[in-house]
Amino acid sequence: MAINKTNIMSKTIKILGTGCPKCQTMTSLVKDVVTENNIDATIEKVEDIMEIMKFNVMTTPALVIDDVITIKGRIPSKDEVLKLLN
Amino acid sequence: MFNWIQHIADWLVYDVFNLNKDAHLAEALNFFIYDTTKILILLFVVIFFMGIVNSYFPIDKVKNYLSRNKLYGLEYLTASLFGVVTPFCSCSSVPLFIGFVRGGIPLGVTFAFLITSPLVNEVAIGLFVGLFGIKTTIIYVISGVLLGTISGVILQKLKLERFLTPWVKEVLANAQKDQDLFIAEKQTLKQRLPIIWEEVLKILKGIVPYVLVGIAIGGLMHGYIPEGFFEKYMDKDNLFAVPIATILAVPMYSNASGILPVVQVLVAKGIPLGTAIAFMMGVVGLSLPEAMLLKKVMTIKLISIFFSVVTLCIIISGYVFNILL
Repeated sequence: MAINKTNIMSKTIKILGTGCPKCQTMTSLVKDVVTENNIDATIEKVEDIMEIMKFNVMTTPALVIDDVITIKGRIPSKDEVLKLLN
Repeated sequence: MFNWIQHIADWLVYDVFNLNKDAHLAEALNFFIYDTTKILILLFVVIFFMGIVNSYFPIDKVKNYLSRNKLYGLEYLTASLFGVVTPFCSCSSVPLFIGFVRGGIPLGVTFAFLITSPLVNEVAIGLFVGLFGIKTTIIYVISGVLLGTISGVILQKLKLERFLTPWVKEVLANAQKDQDLFIAEKQTLKQRLPIIWEEVLKILKGIVPYVLVGIAIGGLMHGYIPEGFFEKYMDKDNLFAVPIATILAVPMYSNASGILPVVQVLVAKGIPLGTAIAFMMGVVGLSLPEAMLLKKVMTIKLISIFFSVVTLCIIISGYVFNILL
């Protein structure tokens, strides 16, 4: 997983989930946090189960920030996401 | 214990709304108010308690425990019991399955967990206590746990590994015991409580609509269907009732919160409890959407065997319930 070296401050956010309602809620919540706070980040939704399993999570949705799993199996609050992104 | 709720319901319906005591509408409304209040209180208590348990036994810990410890045949029962305290959303069943396989946990043990988890969980227990009382709840929980355990043992004996999809077989071949370290969160209960509390509210929010609709349907049936109505069709002596109810239920899907209030009314109107519970287990435990999800990791053949074994066990437990209760 290549990190964009030219723009080292930019964060890569991945949301792992097979497309269940909870995963969609998490995706839109994270998108909201990013736009509301002008955070420089790319958001990617990972729906492929084999990709998801590379992260070794057993409960979805999971939030991955710069390849670190920060939350799994639950929907966080906006504040929590903001704290994780800062 | 819940008399005070009945007083409130009586007061609202007969005094505040001024409805006639003999009217079907009044009876249905009274039932609705009483049931919803009682059930929501019970659900809250059980979900909160399970939230605390779950906070100390997250799924990763469960996996590592099953993966590391030699349990000499007790692993099926242990996995099944973990299924009770570890809720998971059905959309997590695939990652969970892979996680278990990767951890070197035998297929049958994984199945034991997957079968019990949706059948016996905090929501089902809370509703069961509210609708059927403690004694029936205990019998239900025990039979749910045994059902997962026995199905798991049978599935393991069938040596089903060859029916996994190719990429899962590969995962299986590379399975390692205790590969990942679990870093336990060293938090005090006080630190955990806010997170648990939020989860409780989220779960409640998610199921309240189902419970309300379920109880409303139940309430209508309660008021309008005469006592013993179903007895004519689904007598205890009718040997085909349990299998028919179960097989009808398998393709359907609802969670425990939607189906249980309806089941309770069916029982009140004469369907034997075992038949009704077999129906409920079929609806909650197995479903077509779940089969579709599992297709990513299992061949159709394996899914069919899995569903058949569980269906058979549900039918047997339906009969056992009918004999015991």
